[in-house]
Amino acid sequence: MPKTRHQIRFLLNDRDVSLADVTPDETLLDYLRLRRRLTGTKEGCAEGDCGACTVLVGRIAGDELLYEAVNACIRFLGSLDGCHVVTVEHLKRTDGTLHPVQQALVDHHGSQCGFCTPGFVMSLYALWMRSPQPGDQAIDKALQGNLCRCTGYEPIVKAARAIAGYGAPQADPLHGERARVRARLSALADGSRVEIGEGANRLLVPSDVDDLAEILQAEPNATIVAGSTDVGLWVTKFMRNIAPAVFIGGLGALRAIEEDAASITFGAGVSYSDAFSVLSGRIPPLGRLIDRIGGDQVRNMGTIGGNIANGSPIGDMPPPLIALGGSLTLRKGDTRRTIALEDYFIDYGKQDRAPGEFVEKIHVPLPDPDARFAVWKVSKRRDEDITAVLGAFNVTVRDGSVAQARIAYGGMAATPRRAKAVEAALVGRPWSQETVDAALAAYEADFTPISDMRASAEYRMMAAKNLLRRFHLATSGGAMPLEVARYEVA
Amino acid sequence: MTRHEPLDLKKAEISGGVATDRRHDSAHKHVTGEAVYIDDMAEPAGTLHAYLGLSAVAHGVIRSMDLDAVAAAPGVVTVLNHQDVPGTNDISPTGLNDEPIFTPDRVQFLGQPVFAVIAETREQARRACTLARIEYEELPALIDIAQAGEDARLVTKPLTLQRGSVGLALRAAPRRVSGRIRVGGQDHFYLEGQIAFAMPGEDQDVTVHSSTQHPSEVQHMVAHALGAPSHAVTVEVRRMGGGFGGKETQANLFAAVAAIAAKKTGRPVKIRPDRDDDMTATGKRHDFLIDYDVGFDEEGRILGVDFTYSARCGFSADLSGPVTDRALFHCDNTYYYPSVRAVSRPLYTNTVSNTAFRGFGGPQGMLGAERIIDEVAFALGRDPLEIRKRNLYGETDRNVTPYHQTVEDSEAAHVIEELEISAGYADRRREIAEFNERSPIVKRGIALTPVKFGISFTATHFNQAGALVHVYTDGSIHLNHGGTEMGQGLYVKVAQIVAEEFQVDIEQVKITATTTGKVPNTSATAASSGSDLNGMAAQNAARQIKDRLIDFATGQYEVPKEQIEFLPGRVRVGNQEIPFAELVRQAYMARVQLSAAGFYKTPKIHWDRDKGKGRPFYYFAYGAACSEVSVDTLTGEYVIERTDILHETGRSLNRAIDIGQIEGGFIQGMGWLTTEELVWDDKGRLRTHAPSTYKIPLASDRPKIFNVELADWGENREKTVHRSKAVGEPPFMLAMSVLHALSDAVASVAGHKICPRLDAPATPERVLMAVERLRAEG
Repeated sequence: MPKTRHQIRFLLNDRDVSLADVTPDETLLDYLRLRRRLTGTKEGCAEGDCGACTVLVGRIAGDELLYEAVNACIRFLGSLDGCHVVTVEHLKRTDGTLHPVQQALVDHHGSQCGFCTPGFVMSLYALWMRSPQPGDQAIDKALQGNLCRCTGYEPIVKAARAIAGYGAPQADPLHGERARVRARLSALADGSRVEIGEGANRLLVPSDVDDLAEILQAEPNATIVAGSTDVGLWVTKFMRNIAPAVFIGGLGALRAIEEDAASITFGAGVSYSDAFSVLSGRIPPLGRLIDRIGGDQVRNMGTIGGNIANGSPIGDMPPPLIALGGSLTLRKGDTRRTIALEDYFIDYGKQDRAPGEFVEKIHVPLPDPDARFAVWKVSKRRDEDITAVLGAFNVTVRDGSVAQARIAYGGMAATPRRAKAVEAALVGRPWSQETVDAALAAYEADFTPISDMRASAEYRMMAAKNLLRRFHLATSGGAMPLEVARYEVA
Repeated sequence: MTRHEPLDLKKAEISGGVATDRRHDSAHKHVTGEAVYIDDMAEPAGTLHAYLGLSAVAHGVIRSMDLDAVAAAPGVVTVLNHQDVPGTNDISPTGLNDEPIFTPDRVQFLGQPVFAVIAETREQARRACTLARIEYEELPALIDIAQAGEDARLVTKPLTLQRGSVGLALRAAPRRVSGRIRVGGQDHFYLEGQIAFAMPGEDQDVTVHSSTQHPSEVQHMVAHALGAPSHAVTVEVRRMGGGFGGKETQANLFAAVAAIAAKKTGRPVKIRPDRDDDMTATGKRHDFLIDYDVGFDEEGRILGVDFTYSARCGFSADLSGPVTDRALFHCDNTYYYPSVRAVSRPLYTNTVSNTAFRGFGGPQGMLGAERIIDEVAFALGRDPLEIRKRNLYGETDRNVTPYHQTVEDSEAAHVIEELEISAGYADRRREIAEFNERSPIVKRGIALTPVKFGISFTATHFNQAGALVHVYTDGSIHLNHGGTEMGQGLYVKVAQIVAEEFQVDIEQVKITATTTGKVPNTSATAASSGSDLNGMAAQNAARQIKDRLIDFATGQYEVPKEQIEFLPGRVRVGNQEIPFAELVRQAYMARVQLSAAGFYKTPKIHWDRDKGKGRPFYYFAYGAACSEVSVDTLTGEYVIERTDILHETGRSLNRAIDIGQIEGGFIQGMGWLTTEELVWDDKGRLRTHAPSTYKIPLASDRPKIFNVELADWGENREKTVHRSKAVGEPPFMLAMSVLHALSDAVASVAGHKICPRLDAPATPERVLMAVERLRAEG
């Protein structure tokens, strides 16, 4: 058993912080605003959608010190052990000079009411650090997680385009502090388990994955918190008690990505952003899909494993991974088992995961070289919206006939689910308009979607069928546009 | 005797005068996080926090209410309900006594405040609220206005506008179409939610920091609720994190609860609902059903229109009367109706009481006008733009509105004409037709729609404003007025006006928080009137002081008035130039009053609601937008390819600020008409009560190409401040071009022969359903 520490320790701007009085559900935002009186960071929604609470979290990733924009409102203090938190108060120089990002926003009239502005500053700061001269697509993407109700965004985008003219990241104070911060963070990573609080009301940060397995053996009903993009809302919206809570976001081994010629294996704690860096190259449709999950803040926190483990019927990763024939490794203590991803989802709110068991890895086979693979998400708003219908298609056509078909949908049933009747209506038949038209009737056998605030059952069914029609058109040649997009698909 | 400072004397112009692109006065504080919103204020020791307990049914009688567990919860100091209201338990802004702070017995919408918890921390108050045990006897609830019968209850007196004989005109018309458009509501989604912070004072006094557009009304409501005179209540607003009409009356509740709690406990009390409660418990833009019957000739000239505007008002009147009135005032948009009747139906529903929202019924009114244009165009197989132009108000005839005000300008035609050329409308329409010919799945559409928006509060007495200006002996200036700053740049515009008046740099003018203690009896910062009214009042105050300085200089230097001139940073008195601060110091020594209260009231306007006649508007603001969209006919998804806007602001006080209002207003309007969908279930529960479910536009939703130009030909023909025009609301309605472009794209699937009748918001779902319907009918 590792040694145990009873404080979480992190850097906040230029200060060392060590806290022994942290509850499992204390958010970073409340800590900043209520305890530290750092009120530049705002609460707009408390659910990770509006971005007014955006701060940067720096962490050591491999050899790098990586700063990412996150939503402080749904980020728990317990997840920050060993991290560097940077708030908007850290940007202005002591002589009063504004940071390049700030000055660009001022000069381009990028604020009106100003309430969202610190969040935009932090998102643009994160963008500028990794991409000093971003194109419009990169700017739009970096701003997907920030709502502004006043400006209509145009002046903010103009500011974003201009930041490079105000200064280079190399001259940034945070850049200059890198070596020192890295040393500090390395010193904080002492290999301890963190344990704060008594009895059921405990907060735990395992020292490594084995320690996690051990903790869950002892506390099988603990809440596992990875990116907290879902669990955060249990607290902020529903005031649910999540204790004992186990924070796994800092476990390096769970953030590993292993690749070979035919598959990719993700540790359950791999964030969307990290997954994107691999998937955008190897399975481009999945890269494009990840671009439409949450905003950068959510993608930097939310994990592939969490998206699967929580069993949502509208999680975006499960349908394509099911279509690809993905599988999960679950671990309990030292016992591991691997199951097909599609078998993990039993019913609404019910998954094949025993108490004390956790998702450790996700295996994703690449599409067969001769298969056609596509994923389409349909939502009310294009970006940062929850899916109405999501269809994933993995179809192999040989000699004009459908040799194999794996088609899975989200938003159409209580779980992410394969369209097996539709698949059956396709396999063995010519890949033709007639076959597709005939297969459309099979959707009623596969799905009985519901109506809710996102879409009516009728629309869900119609869109689901039309995605198959789109897939057929897309795989049958022809130069006509088949979908609308803000930017051309590369 | 005067020491000249060469630098001052050479100065050609001041910084930050009118017609300069001055940045927002708080911009540098916005970007650093130093701008203080109410929740950021340092809390005095002993500050308590309030949280509202909301009803769980849409309509019912409270049978029993057990709050024992609430009162016993950790940190709870006290619990308030209707019995704890020392004065009048009412915050209805129009005095109808139909909106209790805490409902005593009858619940009229799901989310209505029933009680409040006051606790040591906000989290404790919030958690304690969940422990209430309330039993209701549920009553039948009317949620959706489509279910309202002929005899449905109204929340306030309806309005009829009438000119000519509509019945005759319709019967005689060669062509006639009737139909209905459904127009959705909209949540304000101000980024800073509702909040109030009350500090108890001596005697009956209380000071309330409120995020409100209407400090005087908050003052009156708090005074009524406390049973105290208005002089006991001071309301202060430095800035809001957005308002958009959502803080015109909706701040009253929170201010009243905070003040009652503060007086009861003797401690400062802050109240801030979470986003979900804010969206559930506060009013929104009214959704409308608009029934129309239009008669026209074969050339597309409208001969007569009969409109009924039914609005979901919610359980109380709030501002529904003036909102539905303004809808009727805009049922014409830029079009002349030879005969017209327009009737409002402000319907009672068991939903939250709807309220002001940028445009204030005008946008919904105009959509009725634009729909009938579409109907006429599709019935005749013409381009809707042709029908629009054919029906514009004339210059010398065909220029009387349904409310009998004469349109004295012809800006609409001018704006449309210029935009049509600059946006390349005709060529693009051809290109789009060619594109659609060869593209079976993705269809493009284009539309050019005009806006004419009436400027003035239609309640004439609101068209007044006050300001307070002090000049200190060092030449620095303190500026205060009744307008509030919600991000729209009012403060900087008024400061520019004062700087211009005194010819001093704007840095010399201190902008101060709006407070009822400095300028009393103010109107809401609403109806786009902020700069028109407060700018004039501040200018008036400045001129009073200037006049005294001139009088002083005349006597002191023995030069005639005509030889005194305010130059940048200095005053020319005869042959010498005296620094402004020096002249001020001399005036002080001579005991000249250097402080003035300014006042302004809008001239020319009058309105007789019973007769439906008058001149409710001082002038009109005009603009036009041309939008092009691409629609995916398999899913209904779309993107806005391009929008061109030409908007008229008179002689702009600040082009940068005005362009910001135009861009922001357009995108907000686009959200209203596209992805922002309010969904109530049949129990009356709002299902879209947070940004996860309620989707306002993102950066990536803005038009791919977005060209915004100010019409630079003009000054306001009326004597507004520096001949500028109001710009807060009018651009919102430019977004109609997006709805009609979507409609145009949908229409292409049936050869433009069927009116798509695309309702708003045109979510991808509505677009797809319209495509399917047209394909089935076409």
